[in-house]
Amino acid sequence: MPEPLLEVSDLRIRFGGFTAVDGLSFSVRPGEVLGVVGESGSGKSVSMLGVLGLIRTPGAKISGKVVFRGRDLLALKNAEMRAIRGREIAMIFQDPMTALTPVYTIGWQIAEQVRAHEKVSKRAARDRAIKLLDEVGIPAPEQRVDAYPHEFSGGMRQRAVIAMALSCNPALLIADEPTTALDVTTQAQILDLLRRLRADHGSAVVMITHDMGVVSEIADEVLVMYGGRAVERGSRTEVFHSPRHPYTWGLLDSVPRVSGPRVRRLPTIPGTPGAAGQGCPFADRCTHRLAACAEAPPLSGTAGHLDACWLPEEEKTR
Amino acid sequence: MIGYILRRFGAAVLVLFAISVLVFLIFFATPGVDPAARIAGKNADPATLAQVRASFGFDRPLPVQYVLMMKHLFVSHDLTSFVNRGTLVIPQIIDAVPVTLSLVVGAAVIWMVLGVGMGTLAGAMRGTLVDPLVMLLGVFGVSLPVYWLGEVVNLITQKQLHGSVFSWVPPLGYAPLSQGVGQWALHLLFPWLTLALLYAGIYARLLRGELINALNEDYVRTARAKGLSERRILIRHALRCSLIPIVSLFGLDFGALVGGAALLTEVVFGLPGVGKLTYQALQNLDLPVIMGTVLYAAFFVVLANAVVDVLYARLDPRVRRA
Repeated sequence: MPEPLLEVSDLRIRFGGFTAVDGLSFSVRPGEVLGVVGESGSGKSVSMLGVLGLIRTPGAKISGKVVFRGRDLLALKNAEMRAIRGREIAMIFQDPMTALTPVYTIGWQIAEQVRAHEKVSKRAARDRAIKLLDEVGIPAPEQRVDAYPHEFSGGMRQRAVIAMALSCNPALLIADEPTTALDVTTQAQILDLLRRLRADHGSAVVMITHDMGVVSEIADEVLVMYGGRAVERGSRTEVFHSPRHPYTWGLLDSVPRVSGPRVRRLPTIPGTPGAAGQGCPFADRCTHRLAACAEAPPLSGTAGHLDACWLPEEEKTR
Repeated sequence: MIGYILRRFGAAVLVLFAISVLVFLIFFATPGVDPAARIAGKNADPATLAQVRASFGFDRPLPVQYVLMMKHLFVSHDLTSFVNRGTLVIPQIIDAVPVTLSLVVGAAVIWMVLGVGMGTLAGAMRGTLVDPLVMLLGVFGVSLPVYWLGEVVNLITQKQLHGSVFSWVPPLGYAPLSQGVGQWALHLLFPWLTLALLYAGIYARLLRGELINALNEDYVRTARAKGLSERRILIRHALRCSLIPIVSLFGLDFGALVGGAALLTEVVFGLPGVGKLTYQALQNLDLPVIMGTVLYAAFFVVLANAVVDVLYARLDPRVRRA
């Protein structure tokens, strides 16, 4: 098994008295796609922002270890972290409509990132921008490079943002719900694009999403988060075909099926997401609640398929 | 872009025309006022009245009157003051313009530098002690009225401390550029500072708010994720977008001030500018002078707005095609 590219262990992020991420551990191998799933407020976005050192809320406390290519990112100085951001780890965000500075051309913004990390001429940076736009499927990139963000549609902007993220050939791409703000056809195109780019560039991808469909399309490994903790982790096939945590069951049940009888209402998970407390964060909403749930279960299991649940082994298979 | 500029200035010309018609109607078609008597001057004899009536066409239809009026204003420049008969209105305004322009341009430079500097500092240092301190200074500037601050400054620099610290301050009044840049600037230094203080406070507060909003925008997060330096993010991304509303406000303020809104400052510091001219004309109900200065003010406000809109389009590509 190759060395992990990114290894996060016991990451904790607290805002005042509120714990957003509570002891999260995971790793990403080179070239692998990790899908991070969970509902809003499960801590998936904030944990990735924490990895990149992008949390700037005053009073936020971040602890744990984030080792990327042998260096602990949380211990790096600002300037050292800047050299990694955008060059070795790139991030794309949910809403492409607001992710680009409105007053500069697309090409200028891509060139800016290139020139922030590499000593190249303006001309060369612009040429690179044209090449990248072409690569992400923007028609007539020689002209489009001089267009402003407001002249692009949502899907085109997300392509431009992806082109920008790939401009320095990052080893790791963190995509925070890159398809959520787009319509379904565009979603499929963007996922296609990400898959193709991964093959071409060999970047590892962390795909944050609440859409099980997206995960099933693109992920190699899946990390299910709830209440700031990892509740299940495993390969895509394992998590989709033999899910072991009641929360994952709920998530998978709430996806409409193509085959089988048509249900009048999709099943839902009762209650609303709560914050990480003393016990298992999912206990309040869980139909399988045990007395042991007052204490948080550790993430454990065999052969790379882990879950955090006190249920006896034989009851974890359905 | 060129098309936009042409369209914008075309619109400005139309607005100016509309204003001139409006001003003309207010002054000459108001019932119960004999415009001929207003233009002929105090205690004019019947012969002069008749001559004015003929020359301005007051016995002819309104459109003809309008054209004749504009001819007197812009072509022959021979409109005379109601109070000081024989004093031509247009040359009076032309003499006053450099004073007002000197005052306002100098003050504008100072308030923009101060306002943008203070606003950026406060916005970027939010959460530290610097922010409330700078903003307190801004409120201080906004709350001091020009007529009071100006008089206090005069009291200190011309009287109380004139014998010691401020012995270098020249007497009140204006020194044209022909007397040398040094004298010109020295005479205008305190008027500049007094006028600029108010606007610097307003601009600093406005910019701080805009900047804090911009720093919370998604594109700033993108810029951070790109690995740019904080300074570059602040200046090239956040400040660049925050300046757009500042520029439009600046155009309005600058136009209004050049048009005579610096009146208080001019009166307090004894500067013979357009504001002071309007002030005197208003006191005497000197109709020809009022009309001249109103049209002049409208011209500057409209021109400044047109220039700002063009600048706005330079700054914000989203406006260009609107």
